[in-house]
Amino acid sequence: MEKPLLEIRDYRLNFNTFDGVYHALDGVNLSVVAGQSLGIVGETGCGKSVTVRNVLGLLPSPPADVISGEILYRGKDLLRVDQKEMQRIRGSEIAMIFQDPMTYLNPVFSIGTQMVDAIMAQQKSLPREQRKNKREARQHAIAMLEKVHLPNPEKQIDRYPHELSGGMRQRVLIAMALSGAPKLLIADEPTTALDVTIQAQILDLIAELVEDMGLSVILITHDLGVVAKICDRVAVMYAGQVVEYGSVDDVFTRPRHPYTEGLLRSIPHPGRPPESLSGIPGFLPNLLSPPKGCRFFERCPKALEKCRETPPRISRPEKGAEALCHLYSEERGDA
Amino acid sequence: MLDVKNLTVGFPVRNRGEKAMLMAVNDVSLTLNKGDALGLVGESGSGKSTIGRTILHLNPSTSGHIALDGEEITRLSAAGERALRKRAQMIFQDPHSALNPRMTILRSVAEPLVLHTRLRGSALREKVGELLETVGLQKQFLYRYPHELSGGQKQRVCIARAMALNPELLVLDEPTSALDVSVQAQILEFLKSIQQQKSLTYLFISHNLAVVRYMCNRVAVMYLGKIVEQGPTEEVFKAPRHPYTKALLEAVPLPEAGQSRRTAPLGGDIPSPLNPPTGCAFHTRCDKAIAGKCDRVPPPEVDFGHGHVASCFLGVEGQGTTGEKIRELA
Repeated sequence: MEKPLLEIRDYRLNFNTFDGVYHALDGVNLSVVAGQSLGIVGETGCGKSVTVRNVLGLLPSPPADVISGEILYRGKDLLRVDQKEMQRIRGSEIAMIFQDPMTYLNPVFSIGTQMVDAIMAQQKSLPREQRKNKREARQHAIAMLEKVHLPNPEKQIDRYPHELSGGMRQRVLIAMALSGAPKLLIADEPTTALDVTIQAQILDLIAELVEDMGLSVILITHDLGVVAKICDRVAVMYAGQVVEYGSVDDVFTRPRHPYTEGLLRSIPHPGRPPESLSGIPGFLPNLLSPPKGCRFFERCPKALEKCRETPPRISRPEKGAEALCHLYSEERGDA
Repeated sequence: MLDVKNLTVGFPVRNRGEKAMLMAVNDVSLTLNKGDALGLVGESGSGKSTIGRTILHLNPSTSGHIALDGEEITRLSAAGERALRKRAQMIFQDPHSALNPRMTILRSVAEPLVLHTRLRGSALREKVGELLETVGLQKQFLYRYPHELSGGQKQRVCIARAMALNPELLVLDEPTSALDVSVQAQILEFLKSIQQQKSLTYLFISHNLAVVRYMCNRVAVMYLGKIVEQGPTEEVFKAPRHPYTKALLEAVPLPEAGQSRRTAPLGGDIPSPLNPPTGCAFHTRCDKAIAGKCDRVPPPEVDFGHGHVASCFLGVEGQGTTGEKIRELA
């Protein structure tokens, strides 16, 4: 197998709150290979955003408290690099885009001003003679806007965020994120605030960037359809753990973890006449005092007696697929 | 049961200092029979929520008629509006902002009962308890506050409140968009079962086509304030007639493996309703638009049977109408 570009290993993270210690992440393992896209899906509060925030050092500590683990980017542990190095990595190695493009653009500056600022900031670590001056930076910004298929970039660059539609704003953010030629793009719910037709356009663009520019993408979403459409691999998260991890083809045709099955049975399929939906009864466990055994035990239709007390370990029902469930260690007959 | 005829809703706005009328809903006609669930779909800004709100008199209509059970409700006195709300209720997208954070669940759900009935005291409490039970919440929730409830529980409370007066018509404006899928499934199942039990009529507003296919027996697709296609849900989903409906259906990513990745069916954005395109409003994004026709003349409504209607020139051709007829229409 190819060497991963980014690898998260045994990542444990707590939040120290007034109510006690919130066990947000418990032993997350993930990796992204260059030129691939990884989808992270899960419901509100499962830890999908928290998992990737610290890739760019975006979680303030306190309250966040890394208990164990490493986030390796080309062999370098991002949890332990200094501020200066992290500054260099942001934008030029790894970039991030978020759900609501309006919130991440400053309403009182034009698109161009903000993009030029970002480009100028990214090149601080370069030797002086390689840096772009403001005019070159502006040219670069226009070229980037063209790359994300914003119509009329020369004109649009002088407009303000409120003059653009939601889809156009998201294109601007993607252009800004890519202006430092990063290898990895982290997209946190990039299309959730958009209409389906505009969502399709943005997903198209992301797929194009992966295929044509060799970009790697981590896409965080609660929409299983979005993951199925543009990702190569998928990680399903529940209550701070990756409960299933595998190729999109595998996970969607043969889900192994009961939670993944439940999720897939919860969504009406737009391409088929209605069947009854089951949903998943119950609630997320309170992570201030996480359950002793499997975190999905309370809601699991297939729970075994030992699930109550013993936390499951990652098992590999097949090559390349992983599920955090006793059912599979059972099947293989080992402990 | 609900009959909306040529409804137009305009909002006065200022565009660069000049007064203008933003036509949010433009000449829309809809009919709902008792027990129907009509899905109203479209992109944001297409006017779907405005229709729902106008029916309940949450904003004024500009022209057109709305009738409930044959009774004209387009213009109503304050007393008339109160009487209307006994028969028709609304459920909103975000249950958190639909509940007063300083009221207990008991007070929130009791409010319509206090306003419209003589129930008070322990009888009132009992009734609220029963209502909560029908939406699957135990009595212990009576004295809780909204912040103590999850999103799904809050939406159940909103449903209980809307059901308090036994309305015949429920307008549901994106009732599950703010919820997680596992919770959405529970709420949808529940809405479907009470609809059957009480033979309620739903106007179900949603941008989620999968949810509409699941919930509704009929569907109307809106674009820029107009209904471009409507008909029985399965027919519209299996054989969409309007290019916009087709594009909308193709744009939905499916939760299954093996889809092609680059297939965005529509370029561009929805045009501004302040300055809608002439002719067919969709012609600026339509790949089948016929130059000189679609950009000039509003398309005719073409009936495909079973109440399946689409407003498109292509439909006319599909029906085998001759060229002369099209020119005649143009």
